Amino acid sequence: MSIQVRHVSKHFGNFQALDDVSIDVAGGSLTALLGPSGSGKSTLLRIIAGLEQPDSGEIFLSGEDATASPPQKRGVGFVFQHYAAFKHMTVRDNIAFGLKIRKRPAAEVRARVDELVALVQLQGFADRYPAQLSGGQRQRMALARALAPEPEVLLLDEPFGALDARVRAELRRWLRRLHEETHTTTVFVTHDQEEAMEVADSIVVMNKGRVEQVAGPRELYDSPANEFVMSFVGQANRFGDAWVRPHDLELVLEPNGSTREAQVERVVHLGFEVRCELVRDDGEEFSVQLTRAQATTLELERGQIVYARPVKETVFS
Amino acid sequence: MRRYSVRFVALGYLLVVLLGPLSMLFWRVYAEGVGKAWTALTDPDTGHAFKVTLELAAIAVPLNTIFGIVVALAIVRRRFPGKGLLNAFVDLPLALSPVVVGLSLYLLYGRTGWFGPWFTQHGVQVLFALPSMVLATIFVSVPFVAREVVPTLREIGDEQEQAAHTLGASGWQTFWRITLPSIRWAVIYGVVVTTARCLGEYGAVAIVSGSIQGKTETATLRVQEEFENLNLAGSYGISLVLAAIAIFVLVLMTRLRPREGVS
Repeated sequence: MSIQVRHVSKHFGNFQALDDVSIDVAGGSLTALLGPSGSGKSTLLRIIAGLEQPDSGEIFLSGEDATASPPQKRGVGFVFQHYAAFKHMTVRDNIAFGLKIRKRPAAEVRARVDELVALVQLQGFADRYPAQLSGGQRQRMALARALAPEPEVLLLDEPFGALDARVRAELRRWLRRLHEETHTTTVFVTHDQEEAMEVADSIVVMNKGRVEQVAGPRELYDSPANEFVMSFVGQANRFGDAWVRPHDLELVLEPNGSTREAQVERVVHLGFEVRCELVRDDGEEFSVQLTRAQATTLELERGQIVYARPVKETVFS
Repeated sequence: MRRYSVRFVALGYLLVVLLGPLSMLFWRVYAEGVGKAWTALTDPDTGHAFKVTLELAAIAVPLNTIFGIVVALAIVRRRFPGKGLLNAFVDLPLALSPVVVGLSLYLLYGRTGWFGPWFTQHGVQVLFALPSMVLATIFVSVPFVAREVVPTLREIGDEQEQAAHTLGASGWQTFWRITLPSIRWAVIYGVVVTTARCLGEYGAVAIVSGSIQGKTETATLRVQEEFENLNLAGSYGISLVLAAIAIFVLVLMTRLRPREGVS
């Protein structure tokens, strides 16, 4: 099912959460809404689900105007950041909820729930209550619950935001795999650019209630549309009017015409790569990414004076 | 040392203010003669008084339970003009003396009141009859269910309800399957407190009922009646039954409370 958002605006009191937003989500795609907090990404997702009403603008689901239809009529599955588990029901009853509401026969409900419990690897936990599960298990249960009625669109609001790094990485891979199997149109909200890059085919970058750019992960990183996208997606240093990625800077020990003098502030070893934080002669801080071999050759240490040369710059008019 | 003194003060206060008078009641029933108390308790008028009290509770408690849940939902989940006012009004019976409530009802439904003449014309006896007593009982026990349910509703938030909506549940289905089960302990607790309040009501009912023996006399009014007739054993006996009900309710509440954390 495709989603079209047309000229949607929404404000809460004096705060403009969305300002004339229009996006297209292709049927079967896996899209990320990426932006800092307050950028309106969650509000947009909730409007698509029907959990919020836009002040103006329309939402089309499969080409039909769904702006006025309530959430229960939209055929969307929604996953909340804090799981929204039904605390008084077991895992099994949580997952069965959408099917029971649709009055499916008991045998069918049982079979579908068993299938989903296996899919989200909660075998042995089906008769537990949400309070007896870990955060990751609760979120997997919430995913199974949203998937049970076979929604045409799956919407996830910062689904992994409340989980620790290891569980988060695992669930990202799992979501990616799930999408490859089912091809359900999926939209998820995240403030983590790495998560967006890793999981999504298409990324909608949002800022202050507006869409800054819509592109695939690679295009977004290589050809950002503006300074906001440049600095928000991946690291970027500012050199006068130009922006330079930390891996597009070369450090040398001798100055030449195109280098800038800088002092090493800190050398951070991150396994294979090394991040060097420096201060320029004009007081601006920036960072450079090096391989371990490069760092070893340069014998970088705190307080040392080096010279930085941009290999590739981006200038926005 | 300070820890113990806090406990001492708290327990001592309870002992003097609550337990002292209650145990006095037990002792006096015993001293005046259990036989006399029993005679008063088995008197048909006493039986009728308890029946009236239970009837009042049976009408007021369900109505206030439904009203309390609706008001709590409105206060927590909805935005509308006058919400602050509604919130304050729910607490009015807590602040207002029941005697004042009784008096207002008396004036309203009396011969010269706004509603009184209309009901008289249509042959409905409001004052000195069950209708006014029901109104008085409802009035004084309005706040308890709402006051219990409001904080619980706030605490659970509305995400579970939103999740139910996205899963296809209508507003009504969401209420029965998600909201009500989530607040059930608060509702039960509110019902218990409301019941206790209805059984114990005296002031408002005393004014509107006219305290007619064997007709509009409630258990608490009966206590007063026996006391005034200097039938002290009877008065203490009935009080003892009311106190026993209160203690039963108290035990019931403490049994209910801890289970809340489990579900």
